[in-house]
Amino acid sequence: MTAFRPLSLALALTLAAAASQAADVVRIGVVAPLTGPQAHLGKDIENGARLAIDEINATSPALGGKAVRFEVLAEDDQADPRTATIVGQKLVDSGVKAVVGHLNSGASIPASKIYSDAGIAQVSPVSTAILYTRQGFKTTFRTIANDGQQGKALGQYAVKIGKRVAVVDDRTAYGQGLADEVAKAVKAAGGEVVSREFTTDKSTDFTAILTSLKGKRPDAIVFCGMDPQAAPMIRQMKQLGIKATFMGGDGMQSAEFLKLAGSAAEGAIGSSPGLPLEKMPGGGEFTRKFNARFGKIQIYAPFAYDAATVLVTAMKKADSAEPAKYLPELAKVSIDGVIGPISFDQYGDLKQGAVTLYQVTGGQWVPLETMGGQ
Amino acid sequence: MDILLQQILNGLVLGSLYALVALGYTMVYGILELINFAHGEVVMLGALVALAVLGALAGSGLPTPVILALAVACAVPVCVATGFVIERVAYRPLRNAPRLAPLITAIGVSIVLQNLAMIIWGRQYVSFPPLVDLQIYELAGATLTNLQLAIFIVAAAIMAGLLALVRGTRLGRAMRATAQNREVAGLMGVDVNRVISATFMIGSALAAVAGFLVAAYYGLGHYGMGFMLGLKAFTAAVLGGIGNIPGAMLGGLLLGVIESLGAGYIGDLTGGFLGSHYQDIFAFLVLILVLVLRPSGLLGERVADRA
Repeated sequence: MTAFRPLSLALALTLAAAASQAADVVRIGVVAPLTGPQAHLGKDIENGARLAIDEINATSPALGGKAVRFEVLAEDDQADPRTATIVGQKLVDSGVKAVVGHLNSGASIPASKIYSDAGIAQVSPVSTAILYTRQGFKTTFRTIANDGQQGKALGQYAVKIGKRVAVVDDRTAYGQGLADEVAKAVKAAGGEVVSREFTTDKSTDFTAILTSLKGKRPDAIVFCGMDPQAAPMIRQMKQLGIKATFMGGDGMQSAEFLKLAGSAAEGAIGSSPGLPLEKMPGGGEFTRKFNARFGKIQIYAPFAYDAATVLVTAMKKADSAEPAKYLPELAKVSIDGVIGPISFDQYGDLKQGAVTLYQVTGGQWVPLETMGGQ
Repeated sequence: MDILLQQILNGLVLGSLYALVALGYTMVYGILELINFAHGEVVMLGALVALAVLGALAGSGLPTPVILALAVACAVPVCVATGFVIERVAYRPLRNAPRLAPLITAIGVSIVLQNLAMIIWGRQYVSFPPLVDLQIYELAGATLTNLQLAIFIVAAAIMAGLLALVRGTRLGRAMRATAQNREVAGLMGVDVNRVISATFMIGSALAAVAGFLVAAYYGLGHYGMGFMLGLKAFTAAVLGGIGNIPGAMLGGLLLGVIESLGAGYIGDLTGGFLGSHYQDIFAFLVLILVLVLRPSGLLGERVADRA
């Protein structure tokens, strides 16, 4: 018998070594449009989350006394609500413990039910629609200001320009929701909503509503919708000789708006959730790391990086990757992220969501003022 | 008061665009009694071809009028060829088929053209490069831009030219004869097929110009832009009396003004119950009212018994 002892010892050592190499894998789903017109924004999210996960893996993390390795499982939702639910289910079936995504509110909302049913956390780095976190799910979180915070910033700034504010929306879930918040904020700041006009997300002719707005002499016109409407609207505003300041939400605060509106864009004000990259507390270092590995940051990479970071932070606090154990920790997490301090309110919304206003100056969006945040 | 005047001016500019497109519907209907539902897509094609040329030449240093003329000069032949092909491929083989058949191929052609444009130009919006400096003129408290003025003048000139062509030339006489009775016109030595082809090509040339003007006015083009425009123009043609050329012009202008006034005042008149996003219902309300109360349209006489 004694002759076997060295052998069994060697065997035991080998097994132990193998176990430490094959650390438990914790899969984290990352889902965003990776093909189609928004692919560049989706890839930005994937890369941001990947950077966070790889950095965490480099610190040889352990949960429940066992070494773990986090793994990113990326899926493409094509910015489409139906595809979002399909790939969401696919992620759940592959056993992911948490999800970073989606990009579009229209994708996040239907998919959130699947994650909620599976009991896993979903942290969206981009979806701003208020409804996303108000469906009664305990699993929905976001690392970006919501449209309520954005509407407040737009409304307050509009009143600073002048008391008479006109609000126009495109009757989509996003536009309507944001417009209601803007109107509320205008009234709260002592301004007057002189007119509330509507259009659709397919219109190109706004001369009739702009002319009737002209008669109400607004100081600012806030449009809640997307850039394909905002661009012709501001052009037609200039054609009609309307001097009011044109404002809008993140749907129009885009490079596409500058391209489509041309010189008419000058002076327009657009809001976007979050701080400008160079003002983010961790912005400089993040930019350096990201550029070295993936190249240029579009917009959302820091938000996705922080979304992945808060998830792992909560898992470490709970000392477990089991959703039932880490979800309570996620709800009360508090970290200093790249984008600023991150903690969630009772809905899972960012407590101190900053919103930055930009103005078109010399054909570029130039940061004007940041509202909210720390 | 200046608001009312402004709304009417806006409506007239919009209406002259509708009228240009409506002519294409009405000419084809007058001759073939066919509603060419692909016409809106020909307008879209004209707009996107013109925008592509403008985009390519915008930085070339050529003088602006030359670039604009080149854009139209490229858009017109493309649309004319498209119109010709549509008629040969989708309508001529079905000329003696039941009336529903060409209507269905028309919708089919429209879907094909939209998807083709989507493949070529992508799903995103194509913008009109900043070539024209906007000038704003004041007129009794209302404003008018050089662009709007140009649209109005170009549309009026083209419509006058078309009327002259139909009333004063051999081709025009042949078109009128074919419209009255295709068989008899054929017996009198009119080459009916040539006349029908010519009608499609003229209508498509008008569509190309209309597409260019629409792109210039709104500053952008999109593969889906022809659909709603086509429906509105069709309504304008019905309002004026489909098959009737002056009727299409009158219908277009009227519809533009109705829409403009409707969208401008609906919110105030209904106390906010109905908003300006109901702009599009006016066109279709007009369509229903005309079809119920006066199916031959405002100026149409001989259509009622044939439609």
